[in-house]
Amino acid sequence: MMSLSHYLALSAMLFAISVVGIFLNRKNVIILLMAIELNLLAVNLNFIAFSHFLRDLSGQVFVFFILTVAAAESAIGLAILVCLFRTVQSINVDDLSRLKE
Amino acid sequence: MTFTSNDLMAAAPLVLLLALTCGVLLLDLLLRDEQRQISYVLSIASLLATGLSCIAFRVAAPLPAFNGMLVADSLSALVGATLCLLVAGTLAYSRAYIRDRGLFTGEYFTLVLFATFGMLVMASASHLLTLYLGLELLSLSLYALVALRRDSASAIEAAMKYFVLGALSSGMLLYGMSMIYGATGSLQLNAIADHVVTGHANPTILVFGLVFLVAGLGFKLGVVPFHMWVPDVYDGAPSSVTLLLGSAPKLAGLVLMLRILVEALGAQPVLVEWQKMLVILAVLSLALGNITAIAQTNIKRMLAYSTISHMGFVLLGVLSGYGGGYGAALFYTIVYALTALGAFGMITLLSRTGFEAQMLEDFRGLHERNPWYAFVMLVLMFSLTGIPPTVGFYAKLTVLQAIIGQGYLALSVYAVLLSLVGAFYYLRLVKLMYFDAPSAEAPPLLSTPATRALVLANGLGLLALGVLPGALMDWCTQAVLSSL
Repeated sequence: MMSLSHYLALSAMLFAISVVGIFLNRKNVIILLMAIELNLLAVNLNFIAFSHFLRDLSGQVFVFFILTVAAAESAIGLAILVCLFRTVQSINVDDLSRLKE
Repeated sequence: MTFTSNDLMAAAPLVLLLALTCGVLLLDLLLRDEQRQISYVLSIASLLATGLSCIAFRVAAPLPAFNGMLVADSLSALVGATLCLLVAGTLAYSRAYIRDRGLFTGEYFTLVLFATFGMLVMASASHLLTLYLGLELLSLSLYALVALRRDSASAIEAAMKYFVLGALSSGMLLYGMSMIYGATGSLQLNAIADHVVTGHANPTILVFGLVFLVAGLGFKLGVVPFHMWVPDVYDGAPSSVTLLLGSAPKLAGLVLMLRILVEALGAQPVLVEWQKMLVILAVLSLALGNITAIAQTNIKRMLAYSTISHMGFVLLGVLSGYGGGYGAALFYTIVYALTALGAFGMITLLSRTGFEAQMLEDFRGLHERNPWYAFVMLVLMFSLTGIPPTVGFYAKLTVLQAIIGQGYLALSVYAVLLSLVGAFYYLRLVKLMYFDAPSAEAPPLLSTPATRALVLANGLGLLALGVLPGALMDWCTQAVLSSL
């Protein structure tokens, strides 16, 4: 039988992977967008697990909203990415250093 | 689950702004390019109308609506009206700037209006879901606004950084919210507060979630160590968007913090925990913001670091942990937002077609070029430094009084010393304006009766507020006491 802590541990691991993915990734911006998706999915798993074990539906309703917002967020992220490639001709994270002293 | 006309009364400013925004969006489709002026004027009119409706529909006691999703109270009325005024001021300042850069388009105005709508939702939310949705509506509109100059590599780069770190911070905030939900079994702010007070909530999960909430809020406000996006985004974004980013969202961020930390988690077992975290954030922000700003030659970066230090000051007010301190933090933020509006507004006014005023050098000899602009900029810089009789002095004084009253004496001495460090870079700008000669190739200044009136209204408004701060201060304290 899976307990609440199993779910919480899994979602904490996914969350940690996504944060590490954002900070250690030096390759390309698409991986950053994937890490952001993973981040939100880890949160969703958390909400659903709590919602199930608390026998309360509002957590699952929250997840629907997060999914919708995540879709809008990736749309904007990809749009910025397209503009980035047009202006800089690269999607490497290392090439994003125009704005440093 | 019931729906009554009371619900609509409580949400009247929101409904009004949404209807007007959709109206502007549709009308703009029918306009030709040379008629854009109409949607610009309508956008400002919509903001002012919404601001007035926030005041007109204000209520004495908190009025919950939509089954506890929203609430109309004095805090939402005060903050809503101020936000609308700030955003309207933003649009007024940036008119020539956006026209010169081909941004005078319907999408610019509607994105600004949707961002304002998101901020108003945050101001009157009483449920974690509405807080999150308001925050995302604000953030998504701002990402798009920063990226609106598609041909500018630095703007796009700033947008990408803002987007990635903003999305990460939303993730942190949500992870914290999910832990709070798990510990208390509720998403409604008052219900969470009840569970915390009665001790039904699991304290370990609660504090674990709190860490992520504070980190997420820190990102949104831009305090150290979550500040790395602030200078880059302020620098890279078009100045008119920096103007928007630097003023109204700071106030919205403070309300988000007050709603989550104070309204939901302001009771004793958790209060001490977040007070300790905020002390660390405030100490780091005051030091890093003020010291790094000295080394800047770019005025947008300088003001970005100055924002970081001012947000540290706001956190001092919040961490005092009682009503008077929250009121002082609210007053400080409103004053800061009005001052930042003037300072960033001046940057957009000094810029011309093909010329971005963004270095400190560009302010050299401003007094000779236009004494009125120089005088108002002087008032703004004095207010940011905290020199009496400007209102910045009074704002700092109330925050310091609040934390000394709670026994944080060492912290208040530290804050005063670092404000003194901050005086250096604000007064350096005053020296450049008044005691240096203008450079020969400086382009002529934009100075029409409308811009002069706007600049003077902003400067004299702050002076008047410095002489008579009582009314606004009372309103802030009363709003916080009756709402949180």
